[in-house]
Amino acid sequence: MARIIVVTSGKGGVGKTTSSAAIGIGLALKGHKVVLIDFDIGLRNLDLIMGCERRVVYDFVNVINGEATLNQALIKDKRVSSLSILPASQTRDKDALNKENVGKVLEDLGERFDYIICDSPAGIEAGAMMALYYADEAIVTTNPEVSSVRDSDRILGMLASRSRRAELGLEPIKEHLLLTRYSPKRVAEGEMLSVEDVEDILAIPLLGVIPESQAVLKASNAGEPVILDTESDAGKAYQDVIDRLLGETVEFRFLVAEKKGILSRLFGG
Amino acid sequence: MALLDYFLRKKEKQGTTASKAKERLQIIVAHERNNRNKQPDYLPQLTEDILNVLRKYVQVSDKSLSINLDNKGGELNVLELNIELQDENNPD
Repeated sequence: MARIIVVTSGKGGVGKTTSSAAIGIGLALKGHKVVLIDFDIGLRNLDLIMGCERRVVYDFVNVINGEATLNQALIKDKRVSSLSILPASQTRDKDALNKENVGKVLEDLGERFDYIICDSPAGIEAGAMMALYYADEAIVTTNPEVSSVRDSDRILGMLASRSRRAELGLEPIKEHLLLTRYSPKRVAEGEMLSVEDVEDILAIPLLGVIPESQAVLKASNAGEPVILDTESDAGKAYQDVIDRLLGETVEFRFLVAEKKGILSRLFGG
Repeated sequence: MALLDYFLRKKEKQGTTASKAKERLQIIVAHERNNRNKQPDYLPQLTEDILNVLRKYVQVSDKSLSINLDNKGGELNVLELNIELQDENNPD
C-alpha cells in the first residue's frame, strides 16, 4: 500500500512546494514509484518548480470531473522515470474537491505508486484540509520564525482532529518537523529561534533542517528541484531528509555557522 | 567595540530577540492548545441550531441549554445536552 505523505505548514511561503519537489525527486531517485500532487487549486506552482509547466494538458480537477483519465493527466518526469506529477488546475473552483472524489483518485494512485506526496496549499481552508485528510504521514514545514511556528501548531491540531485517521480513530498521522530557511549564524547571534527552540515548542520529531541557501532560488529559477544540486548545502540537507524518511539514522548537518577567524571576531567582520 | 560585544554576548543569551520569541510562542501555543482541547469549534453553532429547533415547540431561553463534549478516554466521546424547560404556568 502506498504511503500518503502531506507536506503542509499553515503559513504560506515557508517552502512547502520546494520541499515537495525535492522529496518527490529524492524518493524516486532511490527507485521508488512516486507521484506528486499539487493540491493548490487555482494557484498551481508545483509544475514550475518541477520544470514541467509547459507539459501540463489536463489537471487534478479534470480527473475529478471525469474529463480526463489519470494516465492523461499524469506528467512523467523527464529526469526520473519513476516520478509523476499531477498538476492542480488554474481555474479557481472552490468546491471541486471533496472527500469522496479525492479518496477515489488517491485509491487509484495507490495501486500504481509507492509514495503519494500531497503538496498542500497554505491556510486552513478546504484545500488544505483535503490535502491532509487521507495522509498517513505529515511533513510540517516550518521556518524558525514566530508566525510560522504558531501556524504549524494550528496545523498539528488539524492533523489530530480533522484527518481521516482521526475521524476513524485509527493510529494518528505520523508527524515530522522540517525546519527550512535555517540560518545558524543568526541563531548563534540570538536573532533566530534555534532547532531546539522549535522542537521544544512543537514537540514533534525532527525530520530535517534545510539551511537558508542561495541554491533554492537558483533551483526554482531553473525548474530543477534543489536536491538535484548535489553540491549545494540545501541539496545535501534534502538528501538527508530522504534517507531519514526511508528509515536511516543520519546525523544533522548545517546546524552550526562556519567559524569566523579570530581576527574578524575581535575586530568585527 | 566588537571585542567588548564578544565578551558580553555570552551573558546576554536571556535578553536576545530569539529567546523573547520562544517565550512568547510558548505562552500563545499553550493557550491555543488549551482552547483546542476544550471544545470543538462547531459547538457554538450546534447550540444555536438546537435552540432554534426547540423553540418551534417550547419556550426556552438562551441559558436553558448547556452542551458539552467529553472525551471519556480512548475512542469514547460523549455529547452531553442539558435542557432546562420553563414551568409553563409560571414562566420566569
